[in-house]
This record gives sequence, C-alpha cells and structure tokens, in this order.
Amino acid sequence: MCSSFRRFVCVAALLISCSAFGRDLRVCADPDNLPFSNNKRQGFENQIAQLVARDLHANLVYQWQRMGRGFVRDYLNTSQCDVLIGIPANFKPVLTTTPYYRSSYVFVTRKDGKLKPASLDDPTLHQLKIGVQVLEEDYTPPATALARRHLQNQIVGFDTTGEDADSIIRAVADRKVDTAIVWGPLAGFFAKKYRGLELTPVTPQVDPPALPFTFAIAMGVRKGNTDLRDELQSVIDRRQSEINAILDRYGVPRLEMAPPLAAESHGGAE
Amino acid sequence: MRTFAQSDVSRPLVRNRAVLVSSLVAVLCLSLSNFAQADSKSHTSGMLMPETESNYQPHPYGGTLAPDDGQWVRPAKDYASTRYSTLDQINTTNVQNLKPAFTFSTGLTRGHEAAPLVVNNTMYIVTPWPNKLYALDLTKPGAPMKWQYQPLPTPAAQGVACCDVVNRGASYDSGKIYYNTLDDQTVCVDANTGKEVWKTRVGDINKGESITMAPIVAKGKVLVGVSGGEFGVRGWLKALDAKTGKVAWTGYTAGPDKDVLIGPRFKPFYAQDRGQDLGVKSWPPDAWKIGGGGAWGWISYDPELNLVYYGTANPGPWDSDARPGDNKFTAGIFARDVDTGEAVWFYQYSPHDLYDYDAVNENILLDLPINGQTRKVLIHPDRNGYVYVMDRTNGEVLSASPFAPITTSKGVDLKTGLLQYVEEKKPTRGKVARGLCPTAPGAKDWQPSAFSAKTGLLYIPHNNLCMDEEDVAVNYIAGTPYVGANVVMYDAPGGYGGEFTAWDPISGKVVWTIPDHFPVWSGALATAGNVVFYGTMDGWFRAVDAVNGKKLWEFKTGSGIIGQPVTYKGPDGKQYVAILSGVGGWAGAIVAGGLDARDKSAALGFAGVMQDLPKYTNQGGMLYVFQLP
Repeated sequence: MCSSFRRFVCVAALLISCSAFGRDLRVCADPDNLPFSNNKRQGFENQIAQLVARDLHANLVYQWQRMGRGFVRDYLNTSQCDVLIGIPANFKPVLTTTPYYRSSYVFVTRKDGKLKPASLDDPTLHQLKIGVQVLEEDYTPPATALARRHLQNQIVGFDTTGEDADSIIRAVADRKVDTAIVWGPLAGFFAKKYRGLELTPVTPQVDPPALPFTFAIAMGVRKGNTDLRDELQSVIDRRQSEINAILDRYGVPRLEMAPPLAAESHGGAE
Repeated sequence: MRTFAQSDVSRPLVRNRAVLVSSLVAVLCLSLSNFAQADSKSHTSGMLMPETESNYQPHPYGGTLAPDDGQWVRPAKDYASTRYSTLDQINTTNVQNLKPAFTFSTGLTRGHEAAPLVVNNTMYIVTPWPNKLYALDLTKPGAPMKWQYQPLPTPAAQGVACCDVVNRGASYDSGKIYYNTLDDQTVCVDANTGKEVWKTRVGDINKGESITMAPIVAKGKVLVGVSGGEFGVRGWLKALDAKTGKVAWTGYTAGPDKDVLIGPRFKPFYAQDRGQDLGVKSWPPDAWKIGGGGAWGWISYDPELNLVYYGTANPGPWDSDARPGDNKFTAGIFARDVDTGEAVWFYQYSPHDLYDYDAVNENILLDLPINGQTRKVLIHPDRNGYVYVMDRTNGEVLSASPFAPITTSKGVDLKTGLLQYVEEKKPTRGKVARGLCPTAPGAKDWQPSAFSAKTGLLYIPHNNLCMDEEDVAVNYIAGTPYVGANVVMYDAPGGYGGEFTAWDPISGKVVWTIPDHFPVWSGALATAGNVVFYGTMDGWFRAVDAVNGKKLWEFKTGSGIIGQPVTYKGPDGKQYVAILSGVGGWAGAIVAGGLDARDKSAALGFAGVMQDLPKYTNQGGMLYVFQLP
C-alpha cells in the first residue's frame, strides 16, 4: 500500500516535472487511419512519433485531425501542431526532412490466383477486376494509368480510410476482385491479416510523362521552422535503424532510397 | 461540389477536372489577386462574353407571385425562389439613412452562409457547425435570445465537409423549424419553445456524406439533399414526412431507373436523356455507385404543377477518363412529383462534366413572355456560365446566354439541348491547359440570385475567374500520396474576381454590372423599394438602385459576407434588413474558395488568396439588422 502510494507520488512528480519543464512535441495525426495512426496510438506513425519524442526528451502531444484536403492549411499552418510524421518528401506546402523510407503502390494478388499482374502493361489486366483506392474526389493514380490503357471498365473503387480501411485487401482475399493496386504501407499492413496474399510493386515506377507510383516519405514542419526540421533530421539520422524496425513490424514494403527516375522528384523538393 | 465544408466546405473547393491533365486530383491555388498573367490573356481569344443590353426599359413582372406577408419563412423567400419582397418602406430615396438596429454574435468563426428567418416576430438563425439554432425575440428592445437549440453534431463531420462547415439555413412550416446538420441529421424544432420534435439521420458521414443545404417544406414533405466529397458518395434527394421525420421517398441521382424513381411519367425533352437505366448505362460498370451527383443546392417548388426542381452535382471521379459516358444523371436538373418523387423530366447541363460544373444553383420559377407567348419558365444561372431559361413543364431549353466569360464551351445547341464543348480545352494528358473559364467553382457557385417584380430583372452575384493548369505536384491525403494538377485561378477579363450583375432574362443580356475585387459570394435580395442588397467578401453590405446599379448605401460589417440578405416587417410595422456576416475559417475565406469548391486543396496553393483576402477582412460570425431612423 505504502510503496505503491510512493510510486504514485513518484510518477505524479515526474509528470509534473515533465509538463513543467519539458517541451512539447506537437504532432498532427489522423485519429482513425491505420496503419498510419489512430487515437489509440496503434499506428506506425504513432510509434515513430514516440521514438522522436523520446529522443528529443519532449512530451508527445497530439492534435488529432483527419488528414483530408486542407489539413496543412487548417492545422499545421495555424500552429495547432508542429510536426507531420509522414509526408511526401517533395510535398511543397511544408518544409521536410530527408526521406526515411520510400514505398510504392503495389499489386495485391492471391498466391493461388491464376493471373498475377506486376505491370500496368500486362495484357491479362483486361480480364480482371481491379480494386483501386478512392481518395476524396478521385481514384488514386493507378486508375489514371488504367484509364489510359482503356481499362476503366475493370476498376472497382474502395474507400480505404476509417473502420473499413482494409476493405480493398479483403476484397482480394474474398475473390471479389482479382487484384488491387494499393499504396504500399496500407497494403503491407492489412495483407498480414489475410493468408495467401502477395504484394508486387507496380511497374513502370513512373507512367510517362509524370505519373509516379513510388514516393519517398519524410517528416514535415511549417515552412520557416528550420530549427525543428533540423532537430527531426538529426533524430532520423541517429535512429534510422529503429525506424526501419518499426516499419518492418507493420509490414511496410520499401524500396531503395534513391529514386530511379528524375520524374519522381517532379515538383521539386524543398 | 463539393462543397467548402470545413471544407463544403462542400465542398465547398476547387476542383477542376479540366485541368486535370495528368488527371489526378486537382489542387487549386486560388489566386484572386489582380495578376492576370500575360500569357493567360493571350488565351482569351475565342472567349464567349456576355452581351450588354443597350436600351433597357424596365418591364415589371407580369406574372403572379405568392402573397407576401412581410415575413421570411425560407431562405429563397417563396417557393418560386425569387428572394423578392414587396416591402417598400426602404426605397431609393431613403436607403442612405439605414442604420444598425441590433446585432447578435454567433461566437463562431466559420463561414456563415445562412439566411435568417423571420416568423411571428421571432428571428431564427442557423450557424455553421456545430449548427446551433438561435431564436431572437423581435418584440423586445435589442432582440434578446428567446432560446437556443443545440443538435450536437459529431465533430468528425467537420472532416467530411468538403469546403467549409457551412449551413445555408432553415425553413419554417406550420409552427416548426426544419434544418439539416453537417452530420446528416434533419431536425424539426418547435418554433415557439425550441424543443426538438424529431430528428432523423438521413446519411452517413463514414461514407463521406454531409449536409449543408437548406431544406424546403412543400406539401407536408421536407426535402433534403446530400453533399459530400463528391466522389464515393452516391447522390440523393430525400423527402421526409414533416410530421414524423419518416423518409417518404428517396430519389437517387444515378443507378437503375427504380432507384432514380424513373417510371412511365418520365418524359425528358431531349433524346439523349431518354432510355432505360441510363443512370447505369452511361457509366463504367458499377461506377455509378460512387459517382457523386449530390443535391446540395437549392430546391424550388411549383404547387400548381406539383413539381419540385433541383440540380445535381458533378460526377466523380475528377479524372473524367475513368468514367466514360454521359454520367447520368449528374450535372443536370430533375423535375419530380413532390408526393411520390417520380422523375417527370431531366436535363443535363454538362454531360460527362469535365470541369466540376455542379448544376445545383438556384431555379427561379416565373411566367415570362418568350417570343410573344407567356411560358412557365425556370431560370437557372449555371456554373458552366450560361443563364438557362427553360420551360418548366417539360424541360425544353428556350435560351442559354453567357453571363460570364466562357472558353470551355461555345454555346448550347437549342435543337439538341447539348452543351458545345470546346475540343482544345478538354483535359488532355501531357498538355497544360490554359485559359479555362469558368473555373471549378463556376461562373457562379451556390450564391443565390434574386428577381425583382418591379424591374423584371434577375440580380446575379457571381465570379469572374479563369484558371490555368500550372504544373503537377505531389499531394497527400489520409496517408496516401499522389500527384495532382496544380491549378492557378486568376481574374477574368476586367481584372477583378467577381461581379454583381443585373440580368434581363427575356433578352438574355446584362443590363448593368458592378465589379468587385473578390468573387461576390453572398446571396442577393430584391425589394419593391427598387433597392437591391448584396454583400462582399471584404465585408461591405451594400444597397444599390435596382434600375441602374447606382450604389446608394453601404455598411462595413466585421467580417466578409457570404450570407443571404433578407428583409421583413417588424412588430412595429417597420421594414428591416438582415444579413449574417462571417467569412469563416480561412478556408472559407478562401473564398472560399470556394470554393465550395474544394479548394481545400488550396493548402498546396496557398499563395494567392491567402495573401490577399486576410488583408481585407477577418473571421467572426455576426448578425446585422438595419432599419431607417
């Protein structure tokens, strides 16, 4: 009794000292978007945020906000938070670190399936139903590449946020579609829930002239906040192997860091 | 549509499919400042411009309007959606004496688009999210609050709204106030006590559905339409029993005829709108299920014909190549039987829409002399840049005249009813599209026009913008990266972003127009005193002469105005004018970008508007009511 009370006092004192003297690392995160983040802190970006906060001896404070259109303007730029854990390295509205991983849209197929496309130019696609993520007003980029190849009638759209985020992967497992083209981290995480699925990075990596399927992901801060960006950079430099371990645990498929084609950096990194 | 809910923002933001050359989601950078670029100007050749009437003679309305009791019971005033009041105490000779009577703060900072209602000496105001309803007692000095009702919508709805968390107002009927919450509930509140009578959940925010529109109550039915990220949502209009809140019928925008409520009575005027299950066949397989086509705009009602009229939003996805076909029944107008919901006719303003030209704008129902014959018409200023005059009994287009600069089409073929798209302005991959007018928010977005029975003119608040695709850039939503077109908007010819235009619906010509630096994003109000009211995004509430557009009075409110002015007779028998000011979160501000427009994406393109509008105004919702001394 006594000792647990003492422990309580101790923890309380620590908490007080933390909030009194430590600084806050204010991270914007989506409250319901696994595998990236959720408000139960179960996503890999939650894990990475924790790692960063620990390294910087800061209190991790979340601003929970859906990462829909305008989130940079409405939340990061209004200083309701300071850090975005995962953002494309060449995303213009924010100041970014160097990327800490690079992934690709992938074909998700059943191992026992007869047809296993790996390329958008695979003629067998004409016989398949192809799941594609729906993102607010549009399909994700693979749909454009499919439409260019007159495959628009094969497309089946899936919303991949919120509680039904794994619907597109489940549809492959349940044979509702023959394959799906999904952003790597989402595919890698949910594919682990179902047996007998495999992931193959989409080729070509860039559909000319400028439609990339691979993206390098970095951390982001408000423009002008170079001090914080440099601190985050130093954490990435120190902790890359731990970050890699987190990404491995979540099944995030990764590519070599250097982009194979200049087109990927179209738009220019900051 | 989208609308800007937070972004409604509906969607309101900017979209532009046209511009989607590489055809991903467009990112609009709205640049509303005066930098019409030289290379853009060179693309103005071949631009369709509005014609100006050289010798306008006032031609008072010859038809009959609903009796006016001096109240304001629905946002559009009457079922014909005229926004015209017969009150004339405030007129061209005394309007310069208008002064504030009282004010009321909503305590909110998002965009305030609603029209105040006035019934039985009480004023009712619906706020943006969290969609509170306030009742103010007009019989007491300063109009103190009588009660407030809080529907407590879920905060998560804010993230769904496309373009800002706006609400466009309530409707009164038989002792009850009806309105919609952003999280898809229609509520019925006792107008005297503020007690909730019923509440019906009509949509699902998890599916991306939200509601920003003002319902109308017609023949015991509350008519409600969905907004929402247009893509992924399957648009509908529902009729709820006004007494119980039970859904009486649902008319979907796309899908099989039975879902669209198309049956033997369906007789569209033009051949391309006839056929079986066009709501399925004009799409790739199953694409209609997530094809958008919300009904987030205005609804009009003709009691004699027993028909309701409303427009449908744009189709999804933006990438128009992913949805070959006409994409019925998006971007068009339905006439439905109010009792059963049966579709009676449909007309598609923008078949296979390429530019985000939602067709949800207001429809004003009038009886006008056309070619020597009185016709029952419907007047519709569309996002695509034309004012349509249509026979509302059958959907025939009688005229379609440009009211803003247009480059994306070269007219409407009155024989076939088809919009004549300009081939070289169509989105083509690998080519940068320039000089596209109107832009995604359209020549005119949701901001409703008013019709004056005194002058016979329509007063249209609208935009004067064009856009270029600049480049493609990386974007990011919900953990998923992609590349979208970066769009930059700029002022159309004239060097200003908006106009308030007096329009002769019979000649199809401009009578006068007042330029404004920003798009005119407020509604309009016409009165028998020959005074017309509107507001500007930088906060001026203005009265102009209905005949010649001369500015007679203005008052600088605390924030930009995107609301709807109304007028009423107070308990003292005097005429008052009311407006909500409140440009809203800066997204809203973006004029809003508009943008119902989905310009949420302005996150990427923050340059233009962000730099400009905040110099002129700040956010903050406030009701202003004016009277003569």
